[in-house]
Amino acid sequence: MQIIESGNVAAALGVKLSRAQVVAAYPITPQTPLTEKLSEFIEAEDMEAQYIPVESEHSALAVCIAASSAGARSFTATSANGLLYMHEQIHWAAGARLPIVMCVVNRGVGAPWTVWNDHQDSMSQRDTGWIQMYANDHQQIIDSVIKAFCLAEEVMVPVMVCYDGYLLSHTYMPFDVPETAVVDRFLPPYKPPYALDPHTPANLNTVTLPDVRSDIHGNQAHGYMEIRHFLQEDMRSSTQALARVETRFKEIFGRGGNPFIESYRCDDAEFIAVGIGSLSYHLRDVADSLRDEGIRAGVLSVNLYRPFPAAIIAKTLRGCRGVAVFEKALSYGYQGPLCADIKSALYQGIDGSGRRPFVLNYILGLGGREITTRDLHDAFRQSCTEVQDNVDELRWIGLKL
Amino acid sequence: MGNDYCRKISHSTNGPGDAGKTGSWRILRPVLDPQICIPAKRGTPACYMCWLYCPDGVISRSIPPTIDYEYCKGCGICAEECPTKAITMVEEASFIKEDK
Repeated sequence: MQIIESGNVAAALGVKLSRAQVVAAYPITPQTPLTEKLSEFIEAEDMEAQYIPVESEHSALAVCIAASSAGARSFTATSANGLLYMHEQIHWAAGARLPIVMCVVNRGVGAPWTVWNDHQDSMSQRDTGWIQMYANDHQQIIDSVIKAFCLAEEVMVPVMVCYDGYLLSHTYMPFDVPETAVVDRFLPPYKPPYALDPHTPANLNTVTLPDVRSDIHGNQAHGYMEIRHFLQEDMRSSTQALARVETRFKEIFGRGGNPFIESYRCDDAEFIAVGIGSLSYHLRDVADSLRDEGIRAGVLSVNLYRPFPAAIIAKTLRGCRGVAVFEKALSYGYQGPLCADIKSALYQGIDGSGRRPFVLNYILGLGGREITTRDLHDAFRQSCTEVQDNVDELRWIGLKL
Repeated sequence: MGNDYCRKISHSTNGPGDAGKTGSWRILRPVLDPQICIPAKRGTPACYMCWLYCPDGVISRSIPPTIDYEYCKGCGICAEECPTKAITMVEEASFIKEDK
């Protein structure tokens, strides 16, 4: 059924359709309407789940960790400082290999206090061991939530579904809400490979020594490093799992395709702009107008940020002359995290050609600073037409000093 | 994922030694003198304050009580609680030659 609703409601409907059994969340702007909607569904018995009110985001994720350990499909959502307040538990959920799904409604991080959109919050959680998906519109939000549960439970790695605060969370767009029965076919009930059982006690995530050890049965038990190695291996191979999830999704729902990136007019592009989230759709307009001016421009949207689809990104950028990475996040003291990752992908990713595109890094929209099409156009046009000195210098868009 | 899963996470059956041979952490070794220890001296179950207080459960309720040095971390609580001061904490270094 096609409806017109906000991005937060799209996420809530995805969670409801996925039959999450435990929801624990603490309200924070701009995530609040999502958790409010879920509590309404549960209160009205439209959704069979436990809504567990908590006093903080740290507790919200702790509740999800406990519920997921007990074998329940668990969901939480947050933004910005709430996400950072969870930080310790975010690492824990990944190390414990629990298939929790969390929506991160992207917002800038204080200080100074801000409630508006950028990507600093979730990008700063890049190295926690969670899979990170970014949605570009409302349809992708609802679809990604449903796929996220499927993927998380297949690879036993938690998944963040990130989408832009306000730009997507509070705007209204038409999107298709699939039928419950169809989602049930795609996403069967969660069958945990292990769940807490009072009749057979076990030690979970206890102090794990630097070296391997003999367990009480005399078998070699993995040490911390082995367990972390498995997380890395399974994260890397989760791209194949995601491809399978995407194929099944497309078969059943008739939409989707590439869960890693979306390339727009990249095939013959000389210059490619790279962005994450709604910004990447905004950049499409700019690419179109540059094409009208005779500049062969394209746009690459990174939809899966961790595990980083380095090979497919390198393949897309292969052969173009220049890449402009537009970022709403910054690794202070260096450059945008996505830009650094893209350069890393290009370093080895273009075999034997001996030529790499130059890569420029634009920082924009921090703390909700308005991103105008004109500014994007000017920046991207300059990237394509002017000789680039100091390519490693960070370029700020919309800065008023 | 299936059966593999429990091998990929920190998951184990609880029991003695599941945390590894924690005796290697010990700097001071509790040594019990049966000439002073109440149950050892009387030849009858008595006292067992060391057994009661040991946070790692490595002291047996036997005559005389025995200490499992594989897992004793050398915290010294038994020596502190022993009413007759039958347990002395001795530098592990002093046993190195002896062990060799």
